[in-house]
Amino acid sequence: MNEFRIPVGSWVEVLFDFVTEHFSFFFDFVRLAFAGAFETVDYLLVSPPFYVIIGLAGLLAVAARGWKFLAGTVVGLLLIVGMNQWENAMDTLALVLVASVIAIAMSIPLGILAAKSKAASSVIRPVLDFLQTMPAFVFLIPALLFFRVGEVPGIVATIIFAMAPGVRLTELGIRGVDPEIVEAGSAFGASPGRILRQIQLPLALPTIMAGINQVIMLSLSMVVIAGMVGAGALGAEIMTSLSRIDIVLGSEAGLAVVILAIFLDRVTAALGTGKTPISRFIALRKSRAPASASVETAAPVEPELVRL
Amino acid sequence: MTESIPLQETIAVKADHLYKAFGRRPHEIVKKLKAGKSRAEISSHGVAAVIDASFEVKKGEIFVVMGLSGSGKSTLIRMLNGLWDTTSGTVSVGGTDITDVSAKELRDVRRKSISMVFQHFALLPHRTVIDNVAYGLEIQGMGRTERLAKARTIIDLVGLAGWADNLPSELSGGMQQRVGLGRALAADTDVLLMDEAFSALDPLIRREMQEQLIELQAALGKTIIFITHDLNEAMFLGDRIAVMRDGRIVQIGTPEEILTDPANDYVAQFVQDVDRARVLTAASVMEPVRAVITKTAGPRAALRTMRDLQTSVTFVLNRDRSFAGIVRDRDVLKLVKRGETDLRAIIRDDATAVLPETVLVDLVEPSVESELPIAVVDEKNRLLGVIPRVTLLAAIGNVTTNTGPLPVVMPPATISVSQIAEILGDTALEGVEA
Repeated sequence: MNEFRIPVGSWVEVLFDFVTEHFSFFFDFVRLAFAGAFETVDYLLVSPPFYVIIGLAGLLAVAARGWKFLAGTVVGLLLIVGMNQWENAMDTLALVLVASVIAIAMSIPLGILAAKSKAASSVIRPVLDFLQTMPAFVFLIPALLFFRVGEVPGIVATIIFAMAPGVRLTELGIRGVDPEIVEAGSAFGASPGRILRQIQLPLALPTIMAGINQVIMLSLSMVVIAGMVGAGALGAEIMTSLSRIDIVLGSEAGLAVVILAIFLDRVTAALGTGKTPISRFIALRKSRAPASASVETAAPVEPELVRL
Repeated sequence: MTESIPLQETIAVKADHLYKAFGRRPHEIVKKLKAGKSRAEISSHGVAAVIDASFEVKKGEIFVVMGLSGSGKSTLIRMLNGLWDTTSGTVSVGGTDITDVSAKELRDVRRKSISMVFQHFALLPHRTVIDNVAYGLEIQGMGRTERLAKARTIIDLVGLAGWADNLPSELSGGMQQRVGLGRALAADTDVLLMDEAFSALDPLIRREMQEQLIELQAALGKTIIFITHDLNEAMFLGDRIAVMRDGRIVQIGTPEEILTDPANDYVAQFVQDVDRARVLTAASVMEPVRAVITKTAGPRAALRTMRDLQTSVTFVLNRDRSFAGIVRDRDVLKLVKRGETDLRAIIRDDATAVLPETVLVDLVEPSVESELPIAVVDEKNRLLGVIPRVTLLAAIGNVTTNTGPLPVVMPPATISVSQIAEILGDTALEGVEA
């Protein structure tokens, strides 16, 4: 009885050996590209003095949500500086940005594909289930095998872990577009590409943005785990504090993660609804110009106008 | 009836034995249906949405497809522009068979020949009214300034001047559908498909839109295929109506044909609630004129006619058979007594004359105001028939007209027969009658 065993693990190992051996050029390329991207972003975030970055973040905050959020952002980021975690936080932010951008760039096309074709959807769905339920630490093993210790395996594991909601919500958003409007597009002779660009994507945008928000949030949580494989930054601090049972370091690094998370979440969520102060400002400017021009000609045609 | 513009006898859209089945093997379902199985018998294999639909829509015609939900009308209209492909049968639009063309050619047909208005408007919510109206032109590849200029004229045409830069969500339902209609009109296709276009609107707005559609159609001469579940709407708009039931077209005909000669019990049951007064025309209910004389016939002939028919009134025609008016028995009697022979002096014009295409609802008022039958005359004023009050009531109430002898439908005689006979006898020597 005990003798019987299905050696799934060994098969996976054989597979990985084979892949590392024959596709090493590919992994080398990915490693170079990701490392280059990370270092560039990291340089941009770390080299300026902290108040420049806080100023930029403040601008983003006020454009996305307004004055209250600006105040919260400045206080939070200053706290990170005060805890002496600024550089680590910027490293983490760079990891999150690179990983999320790549994850989003991969997940949205996949989501579109899944929405367009039932066959693709039935293949992609179980893969996503697999990626979402597999314990996150497990991704670190192949990432380590292929890319060696450093930021790159952290980024790769983060991308794989964080992609799923991007794909799912893109598919959901596109499938949720009113079929009559899509039908209207084709009834007037629009090509599938035009329908996608002019109807499906714009109307699915709020859902897709919710997916992007989720991707970024998951990236942040995974980046910390990636500290285990040498991705450095706040993740490494947390791993150190864990091994030393250092509550001071642990709470400070943890708090820095929380502050980053809240900032990223609120900014992307505001972009998703499309009701940011900046877009309202633009809309106001836009509507003023033609409205004032057409005031003379605007005769009330139907009095029962419903203003929403 | 609508102001029927002369139909050019060319076919705009032709459907030839169309079938549409949903299920695992739609072609097998169609094969079974063609072999004579009923819709219920194949229900275990799938759903037959449209079964053997054939019709031709003439250029410039409003063709209404009427049926309850589930009768297949929405499926049918979507096959006409290829949104759904047919399981069997062919559709041709402007002479082009669209059932057997590539996706690109089909898009071309949709851009140039056939546009559509949707039940829930299907406007692009993130675009302004003018950009929505210009959407078809944008797809056709027209430049921005040119298409916006054209869209602006269409916006004025559908009564939305001043709203061009608003978003659809800022408009009421009726106005949103004007945008939908404008979008279809701007594309400048010959054929317009309208899928329950007014069903989501309030009754008052719906009526207004229906009237406006007829005006636009008369002005622009578009071919319109209109889907509705509302029989009154079908009767009001349609030059011809196809009634659908369970996927089949059960009758195609003009509103009057459908109303007066329903093909089966289903149609008959369906039309019994329709507002007959707005559909039936004077021509379809009028009765032959019996009490009629020519102007030159003289008073004695008039009196004799009235005596024979037991009425107090007779219609008078000119020599060219055009309608001159009526004479009453008392006036004629006086004339005869005075020995005069010219009827002209006593002809009255208090009888109402209407054209044959007048709908019955417009006859109610004249019929109330005068006990005289209403005269139906053609454009050359020739008397075609009469509509007594009884006939009008019977037609509106859908009572079979077996009104019997004429005295019932004409004002009864006011002078007794013996009196007339006496007068006629007294003056017999003078009378030279036709």
